Amino acid sequence: MKVLVVGAAGAIARNLSRHLLAQGHRVIGIDRRPWTESPAEFHQVDVRKRGAEEVFRRVRPDAVVHTATVTSLVVPGAEERSQINVAGTRAVFEYSRAYGVQHCLFVGRHTFYGAGPDSPLFHTEDEPPLDLDRFPELADLVAADLVAATALWRFPEIVTTVLRVCYTLGPTGSGTLATFLRGPRVPIVFGFDPLFQFLHEDDFVEAVALALSKRPRGVFNVAGPQPLPLSLVVREAGRTPIPLPEVVVARMLGRFGFPKLAVGALAHLKYPVVVDARAFRERTGFAHKHDELETIHSVRDAFPLTP
Amino acid sequence: MLTGVRIAAQVREAVDRLELPFNALGLDPYGISKRHLRLAFTMLALAYRYYFSVQSRGTEHIPRRGRAMLVGNHSGGIPIDAMMVIASCLLELDPPRLAQGMVERFLNRFAVASIWANRTGQFTGLPEHAERLLRDDRLLLVFPEGARGTAKLFRDRYSLVEFGSGFLRLALKTATPIVPFAVLGSGDAFPTVANAYALGHAFGLPYLPVTATGLPLILPAKVEIEYAPPIRFVGTGNEDDELVATHIQRVKGAIASMLESGLRRRRGEPAATSYAP
Repeated sequence: MKVLVVGAAGAIARNLSRHLLAQGHRVIGIDRRPWTESPAEFHQVDVRKRGAEEVFRRVRPDAVVHTATVTSLVVPGAEERSQINVAGTRAVFEYSRAYGVQHCLFVGRHTFYGAGPDSPLFHTEDEPPLDLDRFPELADLVAADLVAATALWRFPEIVTTVLRVCYTLGPTGSGTLATFLRGPRVPIVFGFDPLFQFLHEDDFVEAVALALSKRPRGVFNVAGPQPLPLSLVVREAGRTPIPLPEVVVARMLGRFGFPKLAVGALAHLKYPVVVDARAFRERTGFAHKHDELETIHSVRDAFPLTP
Repeated sequence: MLTGVRIAAQVREAVDRLELPFNALGLDPYGISKRHLRLAFTMLALAYRYYFSVQSRGTEHIPRRGRAMLVGNHSGGIPIDAMMVIASCLLELDPPRLAQGMVERFLNRFAVASIWANRTGQFTGLPEHAERLLRDDRLLLVFPEGARGTAKLFRDRYSLVEFGSGFLRLALKTATPIVPFAVLGSGDAFPTVANAYALGHAFGLPYLPVTATGLPLILPAKVEIEYAPPIRFVGTGNEDDELVATHIQRVKGAIASMLESGLRRRRGEPAATSYAP
Protein backbone atom coordinates (compact mmCIF):
# COMPACT_ATOMS: atom_id res chain seq x y z
CA MET A 1 0.00 0.00 0.00
CA LYS A 2 1.21 3.54 -0.76
CA VAL A 3 0.95 5.58 2.43
CA LEU A 4 1.53 9.33 2.45
CA VAL A 5 2.48 10.68 5.87
CA VAL A 6 1.83 14.39 6.29
CA GLY A 7 4.03 15.86 9.01
CA ALA A 8 6.49 13.00 8.57
CA ALA A 9 9.50 14.80 10.11
CA GLY A 10 7.98 14.85 13.59
CA ALA A 11 9.82 12.60 16.02
CA ILE A 12 6.99 10.13 16.52
CA ALA A 13 5.86 10.36 12.88
CA ARG A 14 9.37 9.22 11.88
CA ASN A 15 8.86 6.12 14.00
CA LEU A 16 5.53 5.61 12.27
CA SER A 17 7.15 5.85 8.82
CA ARG A 18 9.84 3.35 9.79
CA HIS A 19 7.21 0.99 11.18
CA LEU A 20 5.13 1.19 7.99
CA LEU A 21 8.24 0.62 5.85
CA ALA A 22 9.07 -2.43 7.94
CA GLN A 23 5.54 -3.70 7.34
CA GLY A 24 6.27 -3.58 3.61
CA HIS A 25 4.34 -0.45 2.68
CA ARG A 26 5.65 2.18 0.34
CA VAL A 27 5.94 5.33 2.48
CA ILE A 28 6.08 8.89 1.18
CA GLY A 29 6.62 11.66 3.71
CA ILE A 30 6.02 15.37 3.45
CA ASP A 31 6.78 18.06 6.01
CA ARG A 32 7.80 21.68 5.96
CA ARG A 33 10.61 20.72 8.36
CA PRO A 34 13.63 18.82 7.02
CA TRP A 35 14.25 15.12 7.50
CA THR A 36 17.78 14.30 6.40
CA GLU A 37 18.65 10.66 5.85
CA SER A 38 15.01 9.73 5.70
CA PRO A 39 14.58 6.02 5.00
CA ALA A 40 11.38 6.82 3.10
CA GLU A 41 10.76 9.00 0.05
CA PHE A 42 10.58 12.50 1.55
CA HIS A 43 9.59 15.91 0.23
CA GLN A 44 10.18 19.06 2.20
CA VAL A 45 7.05 20.98 1.26
CA ASP A 46 4.35 22.81 3.19
CA VAL A 47 1.04 20.98 2.97
CA ARG A 48 -0.73 24.22 2.10
CA LYS A 49 1.55 24.90 -0.89
CA ARG A 50 1.41 23.71 -4.48
CA GLY A 51 4.36 21.37 -3.99
CA ALA A 52 2.27 19.22 -1.67
CA GLU A 53 -0.50 18.86 -4.21
CA GLU A 54 2.16 17.82 -6.73
CA VAL A 55 3.17 14.97 -4.46
CA PHE A 56 -0.45 13.82 -4.18
CA ARG A 57 -0.86 14.03 -7.96
CA ARG A 58 2.31 12.13 -8.76
CA VAL A 59 2.18 9.50 -6.02
CA ARG A 60 -1.60 8.91 -5.89
CA PRO A 61 -1.42 7.37 -2.40
CA ASP A 62 -3.87 4.70 -1.25
CA ALA A 63 -3.90 6.07 2.27
CA VAL A 64 -2.95 9.35 3.93
CA VAL A 65 -1.98 9.84 7.58
CA HIS A 66 -2.32 13.47 8.61
CA THR A 67 -0.18 14.22 11.67
CA ALA A 68 0.71 17.81 10.78
CA THR A 69 -1.15 19.68 13.50
CA VAL A 70 0.66 21.90 15.96
CA THR A 71 0.07 23.17 19.49
CA SER A 72 0.81 26.51 21.09
CA LEU A 73 3.98 24.93 22.47
CA VAL A 74 5.44 24.56 18.98
CA VAL A 75 3.93 27.51 17.14
CA PRO A 76 2.99 30.47 19.35
CA GLY A 77 1.03 32.79 16.99
CA ALA A 78 -2.72 32.07 16.87
CA GLU A 79 -3.06 33.02 13.20
CA GLU A 80 -0.15 30.91 12.01
CA ARG A 81 -1.37 27.98 14.08
CA SER A 82 -4.87 28.24 12.74
CA GLN A 83 -3.45 28.32 9.20
CA ILE A 84 -1.45 25.15 9.75
CA ASN A 85 -4.11 23.27 11.66
CA VAL A 86 -7.33 24.27 9.95
CA ALA A 87 -6.25 25.24 6.43
CA GLY A 88 -3.71 22.40 6.40
CA THR A 89 -6.31 19.80 7.36
CA ARG A 90 -8.73 21.14 4.79
CA ALA A 91 -6.02 20.92 2.11
CA VAL A 92 -5.20 17.31 3.00
CA PHE A 93 -8.82 16.26 2.53
CA GLU A 94 -9.25 18.29 -0.68
CA TYR A 95 -6.18 16.70 -2.27
CA SER A 96 -7.22 13.28 -1.03
CA ARG A 97 -10.55 13.59 -2.78
CA ALA A 98 -9.01 15.03 -5.93
CA TYR A 99 -6.41 12.26 -6.26
CA GLY A 100 -8.43 9.21 -5.36
CA VAL A 101 -7.18 8.45 -1.84
CA GLN A 102 -9.20 5.58 -0.35
CA HIS A 103 -8.44 6.10 3.32
CA CYS A 104 -7.68 9.33 5.13
CA LEU A 105 -6.58 9.15 8.76
CA PHE A 106 -6.49 12.31 10.88
CA VAL A 107 -4.44 12.19 14.07
CA GLY A 108 -6.18 14.53 16.51
CA ARG A 109 -5.87 15.00 20.23
CA HIS A 110 -7.93 13.98 23.23
CA THR A 111 -7.72 17.55 24.56
CA PHE A 112 -10.49 18.17 22.02
CA TYR A 113 -12.94 17.57 24.89
CA GLY A 114 -11.43 20.25 27.12
CA ALA A 115 -10.85 20.26 30.86
CA GLY A 116 -13.26 21.80 33.35
CA PRO A 117 -14.76 21.25 36.77
CA ASP A 118 -17.99 19.90 35.28
CA SER A 119 -16.57 17.66 32.58
CA PRO A 120 -17.07 13.93 33.10
CA LEU A 121 -14.35 11.31 33.28
CA PHE A 122 -14.13 9.02 30.23
CA HIS A 123 -15.44 11.12 27.37
CA THR A 124 -17.13 9.25 24.57
CA GLU A 125 -16.76 10.22 20.92
CA ASP A 126 -20.24 11.77 20.69
CA GLU A 127 -19.48 14.47 23.28
CA PRO A 128 -18.98 18.05 22.12
CA PRO A 129 -15.87 20.04 23.07
CA LEU A 130 -16.07 22.09 26.29
CA ASP A 131 -14.78 25.38 27.56
CA LEU A 132 -13.26 26.71 24.35
CA ASP A 133 -13.51 30.25 25.66
CA ARG A 134 -11.27 29.33 28.56
CA PHE A 135 -8.58 27.84 26.39
CA PRO A 136 -8.48 29.68 23.04
CA GLU A 137 -5.13 28.02 22.29
CA LEU A 138 -7.06 24.83 21.64
CA ALA A 139 -9.71 26.30 19.37
CA ASP A 140 -7.80 25.70 16.14
CA LEU A 141 -7.12 22.07 17.06
CA VAL A 142 -10.80 21.55 17.77
CA ALA A 143 -11.60 23.19 14.43
CA ALA A 144 -9.11 20.92 12.64
CA ASP A 145 -10.75 17.89 14.27
CA LEU A 146 -14.16 19.06 13.10
CA VAL A 147 -12.91 19.78 9.56
CA ALA A 148 -11.61 16.21 9.43
CA ALA A 149 -14.87 14.84 10.81
CA THR A 150 -16.97 16.66 8.19
CA ALA A 151 -15.16 14.62 5.55
CA LEU A 152 -17.18 11.68 6.86
CA TRP A 153 -20.27 13.05 5.14
CA ARG A 154 -18.75 15.48 2.63
CA PHE A 155 -16.54 12.88 0.96
CA PRO A 156 -18.33 9.56 1.44
CA GLU A 157 -16.05 7.99 -1.21
CA ILE A 158 -13.09 8.35 1.21
CA VAL A 159 -12.94 6.23 4.35
CA THR A 160 -12.21 8.84 7.00
CA THR A 161 -10.81 7.93 10.41
CA VAL A 162 -10.50 10.64 13.03
CA LEU A 163 -8.36 9.57 15.97
CA ARG A 164 -8.44 11.53 19.22
CA VAL A 165 -5.23 10.33 20.81
CA CYS A 166 -4.27 10.91 24.45
CA TYR A 167 -0.82 12.24 25.33
CA THR A 168 2.07 10.12 24.07
CA LEU A 169 5.15 9.45 26.18
CA GLY A 170 8.34 7.69 25.22
CA PRO A 171 12.02 7.87 24.39
CA THR A 172 11.67 10.64 21.77
CA GLY A 173 10.47 12.98 24.54
CA SER A 174 8.30 14.87 22.10
CA GLY A 175 4.72 15.85 22.74
CA THR A 176 2.91 18.15 25.13
CA LEU A 177 3.15 16.02 28.28
CA ALA A 178 6.73 14.89 27.65
CA THR A 179 7.79 18.51 27.16
CA PHE A 180 6.02 19.44 30.38
CA LEU A 181 8.00 16.75 32.22
CA ARG A 182 11.40 17.77 30.85
CA GLY A 183 12.77 19.95 33.66
CA PRO A 184 13.77 18.73 37.14
CA ARG A 185 10.92 20.60 38.84
CA VAL A 186 7.38 20.47 37.52
CA PRO A 187 4.78 22.93 38.82
CA ILE A 188 1.40 21.53 39.77
CA VAL A 189 -1.58 23.48 41.05
CA PHE A 190 -1.88 23.21 44.83
CA GLY A 191 -4.96 21.26 45.90
CA PHE A 192 -5.59 19.72 42.48
CA ASP A 193 -4.26 16.50 41.04
CA PRO A 194 -6.06 15.61 37.81
CA LEU A 195 -5.82 12.24 36.13
CA PHE A 196 -3.58 12.22 33.06
CA GLN A 197 -4.01 9.69 30.31
CA PHE A 198 -1.07 8.71 28.19
CA LEU A 199 0.10 6.11 25.71
CA HIS A 200 3.58 4.81 24.88
CA GLU A 201 4.90 6.14 21.54
CA ASP A 202 5.33 2.62 20.21
CA ASP A 203 1.74 1.80 21.10
CA PHE A 204 0.64 4.94 19.28
CA VAL A 205 2.53 3.84 16.17
CA GLU A 206 0.93 0.41 16.48
CA ALA A 207 -2.54 1.98 16.84
CA VAL A 208 -2.11 4.05 13.67
CA ALA A 209 -0.76 1.05 11.75
CA LEU A 210 -3.76 -1.00 12.90
CA ALA A 211 -6.16 1.75 11.88
CA LEU A 212 -4.51 1.79 8.43
CA SER A 213 -5.09 -1.92 7.99
CA LYS A 214 -8.61 -2.09 9.50
CA ARG A 215 -9.82 1.21 8.04
CA PRO A 216 -12.52 1.99 10.62
CA ARG A 217 -14.80 4.79 9.44
CA GLY A 218 -15.65 7.37 12.10
CA VAL A 219 -14.28 9.15 15.14
CA PHE A 220 -12.33 7.14 17.72
CA ASN A 221 -10.64 7.92 21.01
CA VAL A 222 -7.28 6.23 21.37
CA ALA A 223 -5.77 5.56 24.79
CA GLY A 224 -3.56 3.01 26.46
CA PRO A 225 -3.22 2.14 30.14
CA GLN A 226 -5.42 3.57 32.88
CA PRO A 227 -4.90 7.26 33.69
CA LEU A 228 -2.79 8.33 36.69
CA PRO A 229 -2.80 11.44 38.88
CA LEU A 230 -0.42 14.11 37.58
CA SER A 231 1.67 14.23 40.77
CA LEU A 232 2.34 10.51 40.42
CA VAL A 233 3.26 10.86 36.73
CA VAL A 234 5.75 13.59 37.66
CA ARG A 235 7.27 11.53 40.48
CA GLU A 236 7.53 8.33 38.45
CA ALA A 237 9.24 10.34 35.71
CA GLY A 238 11.96 11.09 38.26
CA ARG A 239 10.93 14.74 38.59
CA THR A 240 9.84 16.74 41.61
CA PRO A 241 6.30 18.08 41.64
CA ILE A 242 6.13 21.59 43.10
CA PRO A 243 2.60 22.39 44.28
CA LEU A 244 1.98 26.12 43.97
CA PRO A 245 -1.15 28.24 44.27
CA GLU A 246 -2.88 28.71 40.95
CA VAL A 247 -1.99 32.42 40.60
CA VAL A 248 1.67 31.64 41.19
CA VAL A 249 1.72 28.81 38.65
CA ALA A 250 0.21 31.14 36.05
CA ARG A 251 3.05 33.62 36.58
CA MET A 252 5.89 31.14 36.75
CA LEU A 253 5.20 29.08 33.64
CA GLY A 254 8.04 29.55 31.18
CA ARG A 255 10.34 31.12 33.81
CA PHE A 256 12.81 29.87 36.44
CA GLY A 257 13.30 26.63 34.56
CA PHE A 258 9.62 25.75 34.67
CA PRO A 259 8.03 24.45 31.48
CA LYS A 260 6.24 26.80 29.12
CA LEU A 261 2.48 26.42 28.85
CA ALA A 262 -0.39 28.53 27.62
CA VAL A 263 -2.21 30.24 30.48
CA GLY A 264 -5.45 28.51 29.47
CA ALA A 265 -3.67 25.23 30.02
CA LEU A 266 -4.05 25.77 33.77
CA ALA A 267 -7.48 24.15 33.54
CA HIS A 268 -5.64 21.05 32.29
CA LEU A 269 -3.51 21.09 35.44
CA LYS A 270 -6.65 21.22 37.62
CA TYR A 271 -9.13 18.99 35.83
CA PRO A 272 -8.73 15.76 33.90
CA VAL A 273 -9.28 15.00 30.24
CA VAL A 274 -9.86 11.27 30.19
CA VAL A 275 -11.36 9.41 27.25
CA ASP A 276 -13.20 6.15 26.81
CA ALA A 277 -11.24 4.30 24.13
CA ARG A 278 -13.28 1.11 24.05
CA ALA A 279 -14.79 1.70 20.60
CA PHE A 280 -11.36 1.82 18.95
CA ARG A 281 -10.20 -1.29 20.77
CA GLU A 282 -13.31 -3.21 19.78
CA ARG A 283 -13.19 -2.04 16.17
CA THR A 284 -9.48 -2.66 15.53
CA GLY A 285 -8.40 -5.14 18.19
CA PHE A 286 -5.86 -2.64 19.50
CA ALA A 287 -4.24 -3.50 22.82
CA HIS A 288 -1.44 -1.46 24.39
CA LYS A 289 1.81 -3.32 25.10
CA HIS A 290 3.35 -0.90 27.62
CA ASP A 291 1.65 -0.44 30.96
CA GLU A 292 1.45 2.89 32.78
CA LEU A 293 4.69 2.54 34.74
CA GLU A 294 6.78 1.22 31.83
CA THR A 295 5.56 4.12 29.75
CA ILE A 296 6.52 6.81 32.26
CA HIS A 297 9.82 5.10 33.05
CA SER A 298 10.73 5.12 29.35
CA VAL A 299 10.75 8.93 29.54
CA ARG A 300 12.65 8.94 32.82
CA ASP A 301 15.31 6.65 31.37
CA ALA A 302 15.62 8.57 28.11
CA PHE A 303 15.94 11.92 29.91
CA PRO A 304 17.75 11.31 33.18
CA LEU A 305 18.37 14.33 35.36
CA THR A 306 22.04 15.29 35.40
CA PRO A 307 23.13 15.87 38.99
CA MET B 1 -4.43 6.68 70.53
CA LEU B 2 -4.66 2.89 70.67
CA THR B 3 -8.20 3.15 69.40
CA GLY B 4 -6.95 5.13 66.43
CA VAL B 5 -4.34 2.49 65.62
CA ARG B 6 -6.89 -0.32 65.90
CA ILE B 7 -9.38 1.52 63.68
CA ALA B 8 -6.65 2.29 61.15
CA ALA B 9 -5.77 -1.42 61.02
CA GLN B 10 -9.43 -2.41 60.56
CA VAL B 11 -9.83 0.17 57.80
CA ARG B 12 -6.66 -0.98 56.06
CA GLU B 13 -7.96 -4.53 56.01
CA ALA B 14 -11.37 -3.44 54.72
CA VAL B 15 -9.84 -1.27 51.98
CA ASP B 16 -7.67 -4.20 50.90
CA ARG B 17 -10.78 -6.35 50.62
CA LEU B 18 -12.66 -3.89 48.38
CA GLU B 19 -13.48 -5.61 45.11
CA LEU B 20 -12.31 -2.80 42.85
CA PRO B 21 -9.81 -3.19 39.98
CA PHE B 22 -6.82 -1.52 41.64
CA ASN B 23 -3.51 -1.54 39.75
CA ALA B 24 -0.05 -2.19 41.23
CA LEU B 25 0.05 1.37 42.57
CA GLY B 26 -3.29 0.97 44.35
CA LEU B 27 -5.26 3.09 41.87
CA ASP B 28 -8.40 2.04 40.04
CA PRO B 29 -9.26 3.25 36.50
CA TYR B 30 -11.19 6.20 37.95
CA GLY B 31 -8.20 7.28 40.01
CA ILE B 32 -9.62 5.99 43.30
CA SER B 33 -6.60 5.54 45.53
CA LYS B 34 -6.14 3.01 48.32
CA ARG B 35 -3.86 5.43 50.14
CA HIS B 36 -6.48 8.16 50.18
CA LEU B 37 -9.24 5.68 51.06
CA ARG B 38 -7.28 4.43 54.07
CA LEU B 39 -6.77 7.87 55.52
CA ALA B 40 -10.26 9.15 54.75
CA PHE B 41 -11.95 6.02 56.08
CA THR B 42 -9.86 6.05 59.27
CA MET B 43 -11.27 9.49 60.05
CA LEU B 44 -14.77 8.45 58.98
CA ALA B 45 -14.60 5.24 61.01
CA LEU B 46 -13.62 7.13 64.16
CA ALA B 47 -16.56 9.48 63.62
CA TYR B 48 -18.84 6.55 62.79
CA ARG B 49 -17.98 4.47 65.85
CA TYR B 50 -17.24 7.04 68.56
CA TYR B 51 -18.57 10.48 67.68
CA PHE B 52 -21.94 9.69 66.13
CA SER B 53 -22.12 6.11 67.52
CA VAL B 54 -23.80 5.14 64.28
CA GLN B 55 -26.17 2.23 64.29
CA SER B 56 -26.86 0.63 60.90
CA ARG B 57 -29.85 -1.66 60.42
CA GLY B 58 -30.74 -3.72 57.38
CA THR B 59 -27.27 -3.72 55.81
CA GLU B 60 -28.13 -7.23 54.54
CA HIS B 61 -30.38 -5.55 51.97
CA ILE B 62 -27.39 -4.04 50.15
CA PRO B 63 -26.31 -6.38 47.33
CA ARG B 64 -22.84 -7.79 48.01
CA ARG B 65 -21.83 -7.47 44.39
CA GLY B 66 -23.11 -5.88 41.24
CA ARG B 67 -24.68 -2.53 40.52
CA ALA B 68 -27.02 -1.00 43.08
CA MET B 69 -28.26 2.43 44.01
CA LEU B 70 -28.60 3.59 47.62
CA VAL B 71 -31.32 6.23 47.74
CA GLY B 72 -32.07 8.20 50.88
CA ASN B 73 -32.91 11.41 52.71
CA HIS B 74 -30.67 14.38 53.39
CA SER B 75 -30.68 16.51 56.53
CA GLY B 76 -28.25 18.78 58.34
CA GLY B 77 -26.39 21.64 56.71
CA ILE B 78 -23.46 19.47 55.65
CA PRO B 79 -23.63 15.93 54.25
CA ILE B 80 -22.71 14.02 57.42
CA ASP B 81 -25.42 11.55 56.38
CA ALA B 82 -23.58 10.77 53.14
CA MET B 83 -20.29 10.26 54.95
CA MET B 84 -21.84 7.91 57.49
CA VAL B 85 -23.60 5.84 54.81
CA ILE B 86 -20.29 5.53 52.94
CA ALA B 87 -18.58 4.51 56.21
CA SER B 88 -21.29 1.95 56.98
CA CYS B 89 -20.86 0.28 53.55
CA LEU B 90 -17.15 -0.18 54.21
CA LEU B 91 -17.38 -1.15 57.88
CA GLU B 92 -20.58 -3.21 58.02
CA LEU B 93 -20.62 -5.13 54.74
CA ASP B 94 -18.83 -8.37 54.02
CA PRO B 95 -17.11 -8.01 51.62
CA PRO B 96 -16.86 -4.25 52.17
CA ARG B 97 -18.11 -1.98 49.39
CA LEU B 98 -17.25 1.55 48.36
CA ALA B 99 -20.40 3.66 48.07
CA GLN B 100 -19.79 6.38 45.52
CA GLY B 101 -21.76 9.56 46.07
CA MET B 102 -22.84 12.01 43.41
CA VAL B 103 -21.29 15.22 44.65
CA GLU B 104 -22.56 18.78 44.21
CA ARG B 105 -20.72 20.53 41.40
CA PHE B 106 -19.10 23.24 43.53
CA LEU B 107 -16.82 20.84 45.41
CA ASN B 108 -14.58 20.11 42.43
CA ARG B 109 -13.73 23.80 42.13
CA PHE B 110 -12.13 23.90 45.58
CA ALA B 111 -8.47 23.08 46.09
CA VAL B 112 -7.78 20.01 48.29
CA ALA B 113 -11.50 19.09 48.40
CA SER B 114 -11.19 18.30 44.71
CA ILE B 115 -8.35 15.85 45.34
CA TRP B 116 -9.99 14.08 48.26
CA ALA B 117 -13.37 13.77 46.58
CA ASN B 118 -11.87 12.38 43.38
CA ARG B 119 -9.34 10.01 44.98
CA THR B 120 -12.06 8.49 47.18
CA GLY B 121 -14.48 7.96 44.29
CA GLN B 122 -16.89 10.77 45.16
CA PHE B 123 -17.41 12.28 41.73
CA THR B 124 -19.42 15.24 40.50
CA GLY B 125 -23.07 14.30 40.13
CA LEU B 126 -23.18 14.15 36.35
CA PRO B 127 -25.54 11.71 34.59
CA GLU B 128 -22.51 10.41 32.63
CA HIS B 129 -20.72 9.51 35.86
CA ALA B 130 -23.76 7.83 37.39
CA GLU B 131 -24.44 5.69 34.34
CA ARG B 132 -20.82 4.70 33.83
CA LEU B 133 -20.36 3.68 37.47
CA LEU B 134 -23.53 1.58 37.41
CA ARG B 135 -22.52 -0.13 34.17
CA ASP B 136 -19.23 -0.92 35.94
CA ASP B 137 -21.31 -2.61 38.68
CA ARG B 138 -20.47 -0.07 41.36
CA LEU B 139 -22.53 0.96 44.38
CA LEU B 140 -23.98 4.41 43.79
CA LEU B 141 -25.14 6.70 46.60
CA VAL B 142 -27.88 9.12 45.61
CA PHE B 143 -29.73 11.82 47.51
CA PRO B 144 -32.54 12.78 45.13
CA GLU B 145 -33.30 15.85 47.23
CA GLY B 146 -29.89 17.23 46.31
CA ALA B 147 -28.78 20.53 47.84
CA ARG B 148 -32.44 21.23 48.67
CA GLY B 149 -32.09 18.32 51.11
CA THR B 150 -29.05 19.56 53.01
CA ALA B 151 -30.63 23.05 53.02
CA LYS B 152 -33.47 21.75 55.25
CA LEU B 153 -33.65 23.64 58.50
CA PHE B 154 -33.49 21.91 61.90
CA ARG B 155 -37.26 21.87 62.35
CA ASP B 156 -37.72 20.18 58.94
CA ARG B 157 -35.01 17.59 59.47
CA TYR B 158 -37.27 14.56 59.19
CA SER B 159 -39.33 15.83 56.27
CA LEU B 160 -38.68 15.01 52.64
CA VAL B 161 -38.59 17.64 49.90
CA GLU B 162 -39.14 17.03 46.20
CA PHE B 163 -37.18 14.15 44.64
CA GLY B 164 -35.51 14.59 41.27
CA SER B 165 -36.46 11.95 38.69
CA GLY B 166 -33.06 11.37 37.08
CA PHE B 167 -32.07 8.59 39.48
CA LEU B 168 -35.19 6.57 38.79
CA ARG B 169 -34.96 6.83 35.00
CA LEU B 170 -31.34 5.76 35.26
CA ALA B 171 -32.27 2.81 37.48
CA LEU B 172 -34.83 1.74 34.87
CA LYS B 173 -32.40 2.21 31.99
CA THR B 174 -29.59 0.24 33.64
CA ALA B 175 -31.78 -2.32 35.49
CA THR B 176 -30.33 -1.25 38.82
CA PRO B 177 -31.96 -2.29 42.12
CA ILE B 178 -32.74 0.65 44.41
CA VAL B 179 -32.02 0.22 48.13
CA PRO B 180 -33.96 2.91 50.02
CA PHE B 181 -32.40 4.10 53.25
CA ALA B 182 -33.22 6.60 55.97
CA VAL B 183 -30.73 8.52 58.10
CA LEU B 184 -31.80 9.92 61.45
CA GLY B 185 -29.70 12.26 63.52
CA SER B 186 -27.56 14.09 60.99
CA GLY B 187 -29.97 17.02 61.29
CA ASP B 188 -29.19 17.08 65.02
CA ALA B 189 -25.45 16.93 64.40
CA PHE B 190 -25.43 20.09 62.33
CA PRO B 191 -28.64 21.95 63.24
CA THR B 192 -29.21 24.82 60.81
CA VAL B 193 -31.57 27.63 61.77
CA ALA B 194 -31.06 29.59 58.55
CA ASN B 195 -29.25 29.49 55.25
CA ALA B 196 -27.30 32.46 53.89
CA TYR B 197 -27.84 32.09 50.16
CA ALA B 198 -26.25 35.33 48.94
CA LEU B 199 -23.15 34.83 51.09
CA GLY B 200 -22.90 31.24 49.95
CA HIS B 201 -23.08 32.23 46.28
CA ALA B 202 -20.27 34.71 46.90
CA PHE B 203 -18.07 31.76 47.95
CA GLY B 204 -19.23 29.57 45.09
CA LEU B 205 -21.48 27.47 47.35
CA PRO B 206 -25.20 26.79 46.89
CA TYR B 207 -25.77 28.31 50.38
CA LEU B 208 -23.99 28.81 53.69
CA PRO B 209 -25.67 27.05 56.62
CA VAL B 210 -26.01 29.02 59.86
CA THR B 211 -26.23 26.93 63.05
CA ALA B 212 -28.07 27.69 66.27
CA THR B 213 -24.81 28.49 68.01
CA GLY B 214 -23.57 30.60 65.12
CA LEU B 215 -20.49 28.39 64.98
CA PRO B 216 -19.82 25.61 62.46
CA LEU B 217 -19.76 23.01 65.23
CA ILE B 218 -20.63 19.41 64.47
CA LEU B 219 -22.42 18.00 67.52
CA PRO B 220 -22.06 14.38 68.66
CA ALA B 221 -25.63 13.39 67.87
CA LYS B 222 -26.60 9.74 67.68
CA VAL B 223 -26.97 8.81 64.01
CA GLU B 224 -29.03 5.86 62.83
CA ILE B 225 -29.15 4.43 59.33
CA GLU B 226 -31.77 1.97 58.17
CA TYR B 227 -31.70 0.18 54.83
CA ALA B 228 -34.85 -1.33 53.30
CA PRO B 229 -35.10 -4.31 50.93
CA PRO B 230 -34.15 -3.47 47.34
CA ILE B 231 -36.86 -2.39 44.91
CA ARG B 232 -36.43 -3.55 41.32
CA PHE B 233 -38.28 -1.56 38.67
CA VAL B 234 -38.53 -2.93 35.16
CA GLY B 235 -38.49 -0.59 32.19
CA THR B 236 -36.39 1.41 29.75
CA GLY B 237 -36.02 4.82 31.36
CA ASN B 238 -38.17 6.46 28.67
CA GLU B 239 -41.47 5.99 30.49
CA ASP B 240 -44.10 8.71 30.95
CA ASP B 241 -43.57 11.17 33.77
CA GLU B 242 -46.67 9.87 35.58
CA LEU B 243 -45.36 6.32 35.74
CA VAL B 244 -41.92 7.50 36.87
CA ALA B 245 -43.61 9.67 39.52
CA THR B 246 -45.45 6.59 40.82
CA HIS B 247 -42.18 4.69 41.09
CA ILE B 248 -40.51 7.64 42.84
CA GLN B 249 -43.43 7.76 45.25
CA ARG B 250 -42.81 4.13 46.15
CA VAL B 251 -39.13 4.83 46.95
CA LYS B 252 -40.02 8.00 48.82
CA GLY B 253 -42.72 6.11 50.75
CA ALA B 254 -40.24 3.46 51.85
CA ILE B 255 -37.88 6.17 53.12
CA ALA B 256 -40.70 8.11 54.81
CA SER B 257 -41.97 5.04 56.67
CA MET B 258 -38.46 4.23 57.94
CA LEU B 259 -38.10 7.84 59.07
CA GLU B 260 -41.44 7.67 60.85
CA SER B 261 -40.74 4.43 62.71
CA GLY B 262 -37.23 5.59 63.52
CA LEU B 263 -38.56 8.83 64.89
CA ARG B 264 -41.08 7.01 67.06
CA ARG B 265 -38.28 4.87 68.40
CA ARG B 266 -36.09 7.89 69.08
CA ARG B 267 -38.91 9.66 70.92
CA GLY B 268 -39.83 6.61 72.99
CA GLU B 269 -36.35 5.98 74.34
CA PRO B 270 -33.73 8.24 75.89
CA ALA B 271 -30.97 9.12 73.44
CA ALA B 272 -28.22 7.55 75.55
CA THR B 273 -29.70 4.04 75.43
CA SER B 274 -28.27 1.78 72.81
CA TYR B 275 -30.65 -0.38 70.84
CA ALA B 276 -28.48 -3.35 70.17
CA PRO B 277 -28.20 -6.02 72.84
